[in-house]
Amino acid sequence: MNDEHRTLSGIPVDPVYGEAPLPGDFPYTRGIHPGMYRDRHWTMRMFAGFGTATDTNGRFRELLRSGGTGLSTAFDMPTLMGRDSDHPLSLGEVGRGGVAVDTVEDMAGLFADIDLGAVTTSMTINGPAPILLAMYVVVAEEGGVERARLAGTLQNDILKEYQAQKEYLFPPRPSVRLVTDTIRFTAAEMPHWNPVSVSGYHIREAGSTAAQELAFTLANGFAYVEAAVAAGLAVDEFAPRLSFFFNSHSDFFEEVGKFRAARRIWARWLRDRYGATDERSLKLRFHTQTAGVSLTAQQPEVNIARVALQALAGVLGGTQSLHTDAYDEAHALPTEDAARIALRTQQVIAHETGVTGVADPLGGSTYVEWMTDELERRAEEVFSRLEDEGAGSILEGVLAGIDSGWFMREIAESAYRFEREVNAGERIIVGVNAFTEGDEGRAGRLLRIDQDTEDLQRKRLDAVRRARDDGAVRTALERVAAGAAQPDVNLLPALVEAARARASVGEVVDVLEGVFGTYVETVVV
Amino acid sequence: MAGTPIRVVLAKLGLDGHDRGLKVVARILRDAGMEVVYLGLRQTTDTIVDAVEQEDADVVGISMHNAGHLTLAPLIVCALAEAGLDDVPVVIGGIVPEEDRGELAAAGVAAVLGPGASAAEVVASVRAVLGADAPTS
Amino acid sequence: MRPRADDRAPAGLLAAARGGERRAAARLLTIVEHGGPAAEEVAEATHPLSGGAHVVGITGAPGSGKSTLVGVLATRLTEAGGRPAVVAVDPSSPLTGGAILGDRVRMEAATAAGAFIRSVATRGHGGGLALSVPGSVRVLDACGFDPIVVETVGVGQVEVDVAAAADTTVVVVTPGWGDAVQANKAGLLEVADLFVVNKDDRPGADDARRDLELMLDLSEVSGSAGDDRPAVLSTTATAGDGVDRVLAAVEDHHRRLAAGRGLVERRARRYDAEVRARLGHLLEDAVGHLLTGEPAGGRSSETPVAAARRLAGRLLAGGEHG
Repeated sequence: MNDEHRTLSGIPVDPVYGEAPLPGDFPYTRGIHPGMYRDRHWTMRMFAGFGTATDTNGRFRELLRSGGTGLSTAFDMPTLMGRDSDHPLSLGEVGRGGVAVDTVEDMAGLFADIDLGAVTTSMTINGPAPILLAMYVVVAEEGGVERARLAGTLQNDILKEYQAQKEYLFPPRPSVRLVTDTIRFTAAEMPHWNPVSVSGYHIREAGSTAAQELAFTLANGFAYVEAAVAAGLAVDEFAPRLSFFFNSHSDFFEEVGKFRAARRIWARWLRDRYGATDERSLKLRFHTQTAGVSLTAQQPEVNIARVALQALAGVLGGTQSLHTDAYDEAHALPTEDAARIALRTQQVIAHETGVTGVADPLGGSTYVEWMTDELERRAEEVFSRLEDEGAGSILEGVLAGIDSGWFMREIAESAYRFEREVNAGERIIVGVNAFTEGDEGRAGRLLRIDQDTEDLQRKRLDAVRRARDDGAVRTALERVAAGAAQPDVNLLPALVEAARARASVGEVVDVLEGVFGTYVETVVV
Repeated sequence: MAGTPIRVVLAKLGLDGHDRGLKVVARILRDAGMEVVYLGLRQTTDTIVDAVEQEDADVVGISMHNAGHLTLAPLIVCALAEAGLDDVPVVIGGIVPEEDRGELAAAGVAAVLGPGASAAEVVASVRAVLGADAPTS
Repeated sequence: MRPRADDRAPAGLLAAARGGERRAAARLLTIVEHGGPAAEEVAEATHPLSGGAHVVGITGAPGSGKSTLVGVLATRLTEAGGRPAVVAVDPSSPLTGGAILGDRVRMEAATAAGAFIRSVATRGHGGGLALSVPGSVRVLDACGFDPIVVETVGVGQVEVDVAAAADTTVVVVTPGWGDAVQANKAGLLEVADLFVVNKDDRPGADDARRDLELMLDLSEVSGSAGDDRPAVLSTTATAGDGVDRVLAAVEDHHRRLAAGRGLVERRARRYDAEVRARLGHLLEDAVGHLLTGEPAGGRSSETPVAAARRLAGRLLAGGEHG
């Protein structure tokens, strides 16, 4: 970007300060690229999705027009849970928390008039992720874009669903198999696609500490590596395309230390434990989102300041992409104005603050380096525990921890401790338990999704069902069932055919549930 | 004679999986001396009504983070009434905009706890919907 | 107790509950859990009406999958036309008296099928059950529920008190050497009528079964043999595998008890255990009452042992409440 960087006073500054290892050097504590943001800013990826595909498509195009460089899709709860919009449990939730996608026709509407060969798309979905990826492939191909050209990210991180977010469909083992199927499929056919975004974000939102977020997320990452290797892939075939997704919360230096520790741990483990030799396998790339859970309902404008500081921590931590929360999200889905202010916050950091001029500007700070080391040490303690549980396998250790409720208990304990500290006034949350004056009589504009959306979406689904070839759907679903019953078969090709035949998300999930069964969580309160 | 603890049924109605708030509320109520029958995620009006009836609950707390409260809250109030359990007050928690509170009250919801509610407010709200003499005999 | 819109007297509630009104049964259980004169009234009314139901106790370490197993059992029983009820016990917090009762989560299918499930807090009672459990069982029995499954608290050690409250005791263990050793130490070999190795899909399930059989062999040398030897069955309760065999074994055990003197002996044991628990409770109250009259730090001339003897004498001589 800039060869030369000067401060506001005109003082020229170097691209980096300090001794080796520098940014771009193993173990990448200081960043994965030598030049970091001087070469290229992070991707300002804003999460959007509500109502029908058409509604979200409009928001997407607005975001692209106002300078966003990547799309990120939020799906509604029925879609996330693999239920069609006309399923009884979907009542009241269609198109509310995100966009409703029942069939490939909705996926087509979602990306109408957007060149899929030119944008990168992130899809926040887990249980039914392979089904949605299959639909995306079909939309692209029917629009003349080959699958090999598609670039983007599927969240597809099922382990944290059992630990934190609870949007699982099947028991853990068949679910992990679906993840490895996706990894194998994209490794072979979609070289620009990130098949898994290993996500600490939701673990944190569920109430974990930063140290737990770091440890649990990386453990999950190791688990996927072990699963993919067990499925026959060489680590360097897929590890370069694993990416991460972290939360950026309010404790500024702890967050910066967390991001730095994550890179170092990943690089060391991938090289030393899993034998990766490709440098790209060792470089942990991550997306960051500011902490939704830290947004307050009281004095919501104050959230703009919180978000700005959390975003800055992400940037100083070396994030590759960033979503900033809108200040009104504690009340409802963000309005367009609030979403724009959130994007503008990133632009202020990128263009006005000068933090992009020097890579890892906090590197060498005694406190930040200590914090980085300390968080790494705490994470290693967790890895040791999981290895013991899993008799040497992190994957087995993670599955055992899910089964026994260990992860959930750890997270619930932390959440409750935080809540008690706030209630006791030991932790100050501005506008909540201190400085509370000034919150009277405000009622901002809120985005509302009305019940008409639900009716409309059901009609769309009905129309697709009436227009499709039922015989082709049946054949495709039978193939999915047959593939599911055979653990060695990669299910993705069958899922692509089911999407092409206009099978709905719910229909495919029902078929898979028939083979895989369902899951009841280990309740930890 | 010692008082009987207040019995509260806590559940998430609908598909969303955000149970952090519900779990924290469960602990808050336990620590206030109440007995919490925890139903957890993805409950239906049927499972909630069954639990309220069999557990002889004094109050039922429903958590929703899916913006579906205006659709779902009246359903649970009606389902309880149909089962003859209309004396069991319904408290809604989660992301509920201020301006929706009137409509929820009109639909028969006894109280709404927003995202900023403190532990003291949670406990006070449960006691309040049961009447001041609620905690003991 | 909190006044409610539904404030019928126990007799009215019982009549309604026996007529199939579940809410009335639930109200009776609340009264029994609460204790006091109304609870005694309920006990008087239900005592002559009870004794018909088969009471099955289920215990096991935390994480053994008890609730899941109980849920599947109750589902199968309901689907087969039965009227099972479940009493699921969880601990009360010793500090606040509150409790989180989470067993229904794993029994959703059972509720959907129509089983009656009641979550109960221990309210300060040790041993894995609440003091009120026998009374609750009596209410459910009098209301026509059969069988009645009592699931104990699963905190720390396996709880053995359940054996004194049930006709048939099922002990659930999971693969892993620790549980088998635990079972031996906790005296479960003596109380179990049936062992279930749950989570049979886990590594170590065969070992757990073998260990249990071995320990039963050893105890057989000194004691029970033949028909009394508890069976060791395997289940994967989450998938419902093996549950039918457990059900058959539980029913078989009940038949064998009923055919001989077994059921009569168990009922006598249940009765005695309840008397003992109630007596202990009454004595504790009486002791508390006695001590309120004593000066702090005692009398200077009297040793603690002598003070206890003097007070015990008053208690025994003076009858109720010293």
